[in-house]
Amino acid sequence: MAATTKSFWHRILGIDRRWIFLLVGIGTTLPLLFPVNLPVAASPRVKAAYQAVEDVPEGSLVLVSLDYEPDIMAELQPMAIAVLRHCFRRHLKPVILTLYPAGPGLIERALEISSAAEGGRTRNEDYVFLGYKSGNQAVILGLGENIRGLFPRDFYGTSTDSIPLMRRVNSFTDFPLLVNLSGSSIADYYIRIGASRYHRPMILGSTAVMASDYYPYLSSGQIKGLIGGMKGAAEYERLVGIVGDARHGMDAQSLVHVIVVLLVLLGNVALFATGGPKPRIGGGA
Amino acid sequence: MRFGPIVVTFLTGTLLIAIFFIPHHAAQETQSVILEWADIVYTFALLLGSLSLWAMHQKKVQQRGEGWIYSVVTLVSLGGVTFLGVVQGVAGGTVVGRVYNMVNAPLASTMFSLLAFFIASAAFRAFRARNVEATLLLVTAIVMMIGRVSIGEYMWKGFPPLTEWLLDVPNLAAKRAVALGIGLGAISTALKIILGIDRSYLGRG
Amino acid sequence: MMNGFDTWVAALLTLCVFSFLYRDNPFYRFAEHLFVGSSAGYLLAVSYQNVLKPNVIEKIGHGQILPFIPLVLGIMILGRMWERTSGIARWSLAFYVGIYSGIAIPSYLQAQIFAQLADAVKPFQPGWGAINSALILLGFLSVLAYFFFSAPHTGLHGVVGRIGIWFLMVAFGASFGYTVMARVSLLIARMQFLLRDWLHVLPGV
Repeated sequence: MAATTKSFWHRILGIDRRWIFLLVGIGTTLPLLFPVNLPVAASPRVKAAYQAVEDVPEGSLVLVSLDYEPDIMAELQPMAIAVLRHCFRRHLKPVILTLYPAGPGLIERALEISSAAEGGRTRNEDYVFLGYKSGNQAVILGLGENIRGLFPRDFYGTSTDSIPLMRRVNSFTDFPLLVNLSGSSIADYYIRIGASRYHRPMILGSTAVMASDYYPYLSSGQIKGLIGGMKGAAEYERLVGIVGDARHGMDAQSLVHVIVVLLVLLGNVALFATGGPKPRIGGGA
Repeated sequence: MRFGPIVVTFLTGTLLIAIFFIPHHAAQETQSVILEWADIVYTFALLLGSLSLWAMHQKKVQQRGEGWIYSVVTLVSLGGVTFLGVVQGVAGGTVVGRVYNMVNAPLASTMFSLLAFFIASAAFRAFRARNVEATLLLVTAIVMMIGRVSIGEYMWKGFPPLTEWLLDVPNLAAKRAVALGIGLGAISTALKIILGIDRSYLGRG
Repeated sequence: MMNGFDTWVAALLTLCVFSFLYRDNPFYRFAEHLFVGSSAGYLLAVSYQNVLKPNVIEKIGHGQILPFIPLVLGIMILGRMWERTSGIARWSLAFYVGIYSGIAIPSYLQAQIFAQLADAVKPFQPGWGAINSALILLGFLSVLAYFFFSAPHTGLHGVVGRIGIWFLMVAFGASFGYTVMARVSLLIARMQFLLRDWLHVLPGV
């Protein structure tokens, strides 16, 4: 009996990883097909980001830097749509740019969705899309000095000098709020330059991988709010009162997390049941 | 052969530090021009990388190495996309723009999404409570994984405040120290480079 | 938005990559090599259109002389391709490394050193918040103590360093939890694409 039990736990430890892959695949697909719509509560950091946008006076311009590409759009595109819709509802005028070459396609899509959902918004009257500029840190430094020099034309070829909205701004210091949605070190550049050097209030949306690293900047006040990952996007969607891709994905997120936790617990139970400090492992990770 | 580049490093580094403290617009314009030049040099570094990639796969095809037929795929896609992108542009309506949405974007997203499967498998095989530290890491990870998603809030109302506390107190403390360490390390490395003490970026010889 | 053909190509390439989860196979290797080639080509094309063309080619075409400087520096970096000319690339590398070393020093000092230290030494919060403030300070100092390897981790230093490790384990556990969340999000997005945009079994957004 003891030998049978021991060999059962050894078999558990040596299970082919493809069964685990299948479990994860099913855990992702089923909730999408049969949603439960578990409630999403907003965390304090996302509420702070939301409030930072609420605190901007109506009619103000907001600098929005959307720095992501299709490989991480899963987390950041829903965030972008929610933030843009919030700006439009508050009658704020986002001035949007990107530092990623494949960003413009996604941003156009986000603007299309958010504008249509808010009753239609007019380019160069309700928002400006400056497009892509290469150089990362160099561009961010340039935003502090001469935006219209850096972007002589917007994404569609219109001279920025001729856009009435753009005549109101030419530097970070002209914006009451800076919004950066980023999945890379570009967020660090905006914190170092926009928030620290130019003392601009800033909210940050990041991938979940990076989110926990930015808590020191929240504490020091260098960023006012943080939207982390798809969960953060779902929370922001809830605060704005919309149901987007992020909220749709939360059920699947929950189930897969439960699966991973159960797998970790099972692995540890199996380790202790087999008695050895180094269990026999087959199939690799 | 190395003294000249070391002097260049010293001059450019010192100039950029000095410009930080000079508010005059001429200084800021100089910085913009220099950073634009750096961007141009970076572009040639990208070209260097692409040429190395081309050479590697071309050699494989010529020598009929293992998997050479896949190298043909790489060469054709590298050459084709570069040529069309240079000639036609890369915006949404172009061939390259379409290839990006049809090929690059889905492949990149899917490659990254494979990690979800591997992280689950790795967690099952390697995440063990072998000692106090590992147990602490494991328990925190479990609390975060459950507490930060909807089901955690549904299971126990205390999960969200607990995860917020973990992020706001111990996580913040450790990450602040790590950020400070990284900052000090970055500054010391940058100083060593500017002063010519660290010359590793120049390579051998 | 993608049309039907593009969606099918994207979906099939997605499935090619997912096939790796069963085992390595020609479909996956084809997709992998296609990804490498088209990504490198796209990056090169974008760099040409957004950097070289407006900042070098067009400016030189308008008679400007200064852009020759970064152009020459860029061509010099290509010298790395061959052993005999690799030394000449040092000038370009020195220029590039010097610039970003110079930028790093004041910005790291301002944003990561001074700002974080100022926040670390502020008075404790009133009431029960003082416990959290004390824990943050303890964690910050103990993690710094752990990373100080110039003295042996014995005696008081060893004890404090051990406490630092515990704070680090909690921070890493939090990071791991968030990493799982991030990877799973990417997988959810791919599934949403396959089920909604390709198979049309989910409602559109």
